[in-house]
Amino acid sequence: MRAVHDEFHGDLLEVSMGPQHPSTHGVFRMVVTLDGEQIVKLKPVFGYLHRNHEKIAESTSYLSSMPYTDRLDYLCSMSNNWAYALAVEKLGGLTVPDRAQYLRVIMAELTRLVNHSCLVGFLFNDLGTSFTPLLYAFREREKILDLFESLSGSRMMCNYQRFGGCRVDPPPAWLAAASALVDNFPRFLDEYETMLTGNEIMLARTQGIGPMGAAQAINAGITGPCLRATGVDYDLRKVDAYGFYPRFNFRVPLGAHGDTYDRYMMRILEMRESVKILQQAFRELPAGPIMDPKAKLRGFRPKVGEAYGRLEGPKGELGFYLISDGSTNPWRYRVRPPSLINLTLLEELCLGRTIADAVVILGSIDIVLGEVDR
Amino acid sequence: MIVPASPDPAKPDLSTPPVAENSLASALPPFSPSAILPRLLARFPAATIELVPNPGPAAEHSLLLDAAHAREIATFLRDDDMLRLDYCSNATGIDWPEKEIVDTVKKSVPDPAGGPDKVVEEKTKRIQPGYLETVYHLYSMARKHGPVILRLRTENRNDRIFLPSLTPVWKSCDFQEREIFDLYGIVFLGHPDLRRLLMWDGFKDHPMRRDYVAPDDFEWEPTPHGSVLDRAKGHYPKTEGLNS
Repeated sequence: MRAVHDEFHGDLLEVSMGPQHPSTHGVFRMVVTLDGEQIVKLKPVFGYLHRNHEKIAESTSYLSSMPYTDRLDYLCSMSNNWAYALAVEKLGGLTVPDRAQYLRVIMAELTRLVNHSCLVGFLFNDLGTSFTPLLYAFREREKILDLFESLSGSRMMCNYQRFGGCRVDPPPAWLAAASALVDNFPRFLDEYETMLTGNEIMLARTQGIGPMGAAQAINAGITGPCLRATGVDYDLRKVDAYGFYPRFNFRVPLGAHGDTYDRYMMRILEMRESVKILQQAFRELPAGPIMDPKAKLRGFRPKVGEAYGRLEGPKGELGFYLISDGSTNPWRYRVRPPSLINLTLLEELCLGRTIADAVVILGSIDIVLGEVDR
Repeated sequence: MIVPASPDPAKPDLSTPPVAENSLASALPPFSPSAILPRLLARFPAATIELVPNPGPAAEHSLLLDAAHAREIATFLRDDDMLRLDYCSNATGIDWPEKEIVDTVKKSVPDPAGGPDKVVEEKTKRIQPGYLETVYHLYSMARKHGPVILRLRTENRNDRIFLPSLTPVWKSCDFQEREIFDLYGIVFLGHPDLRRLLMWDGFKDHPMRRDYVAPDDFEWEPTPHGSVLDRAKGHYPKTEGLNS
């Protein structure tokens, strides 16, 4: 902390918030310049979790990067796996059997439930209701993680998808348990919303705080629930229609104000839509193989070319850009991290607000540092 | 753009054009590069724009822009009513180091002994200069189409490493161009705040370059506590012989 002299504003205070601060969701750091309690400048500082994921992936085979994608956004390993598989399938021209497509939708939507329930729990933590709402959310998350563990062997680092399909076929008992969990999930949401959505402190601290304009958000590359909270109808599940999403009947919730409250409501409403998708998927799941017989996992050598595969991750557009030079390793491997790019507007949203608001705004943007720093 | 398909960066190999002729351009979707290219050339006659084919199954071809006109063209692509490429999804760098290419030419040489001509293979080596490249994936949220892929190339990998920043056109390039500057060393002219993003400020090299070698002691960092550690070594009397 040091005093910064400025002849117009008097003394400004520069505070380094993080990287070891509980409200920065990991090792994120903001250098905040304060005029009293008001933020006049905010510079995010990255790189505390940087391990050059892209370089490591370029020096190993296509399959070897799959478990490493789990570690990007470590709350959403299933979605990360799928995004990478999608890019490799585009690069190699592979197809995916029907059952695997359904399983991918099931895993991605369960991941969305995990991520969004965690996010709203953490958001309440940032608002000051320390830990009780978070533990309600974690209780539900843990049930889903138990399912992931029984299927893939790991709670969070699932390493489940493969290019050309999925790794394990769930037995009927797993599907029955998952289906029962999904049917019960709206009860958790109702309970949660009854306690928290209409809460006065919650409304006072989030409505009108950190509003984002639609044009501003598009230009800054904001994606996912943060973008849709501004009213822009852009959900890759509808726009790109990847996987089997066109077969499912669901709606895309849109906000009107783009403020912290809308960003919170987007998550709640998306969870309700995810439940609908999951119920349809469990009903319609076909029998059949889960791997493309032509897919060659070990020693996979795609033809010379490049591909950009992207999907609607729980945090926004997660993309993988791959260039093949015909060898077993990708020549270029790039992750388009939604967590990092969604922070582009952080300074604009926080200017003129207090530190306490900045914490809530950051919480509503939803970042995971494993993906921000890579 | 892949090196084997295009031996010379100045003249991409277009011997197998991947897309239809101009007569079919109206049937193509408005965002396909072969539909955009003639419009751009008509609008910016001074610019050199090339189509870079993607030989893979994805077949998403890209447009190679010259650095001098890149920002004008990007602004046009963003504001044009038919394209409305309002969203730059991904911006990234690629390193193409210099490469030795062997050209083989067959020549028939007359036999000095008077026999039939001999066919001799003559091999000439040439160095294809290396360059750094940036790639931008553009989409339209208004029209819900894309991608349009733009590429920019530096003159070499050593001192002519300047490219125009597209952050004034799309703010989403802000952090991504900083990352490219950090990891590849491309200097973006006109970027509002060009600093390292992931590596620390005192770091010298660019780790995503293909020829980067990580030092053995990369975890060593000088600390202000060196004198404390030195003094600590002498804190206890020497214990030689006690544990041996």
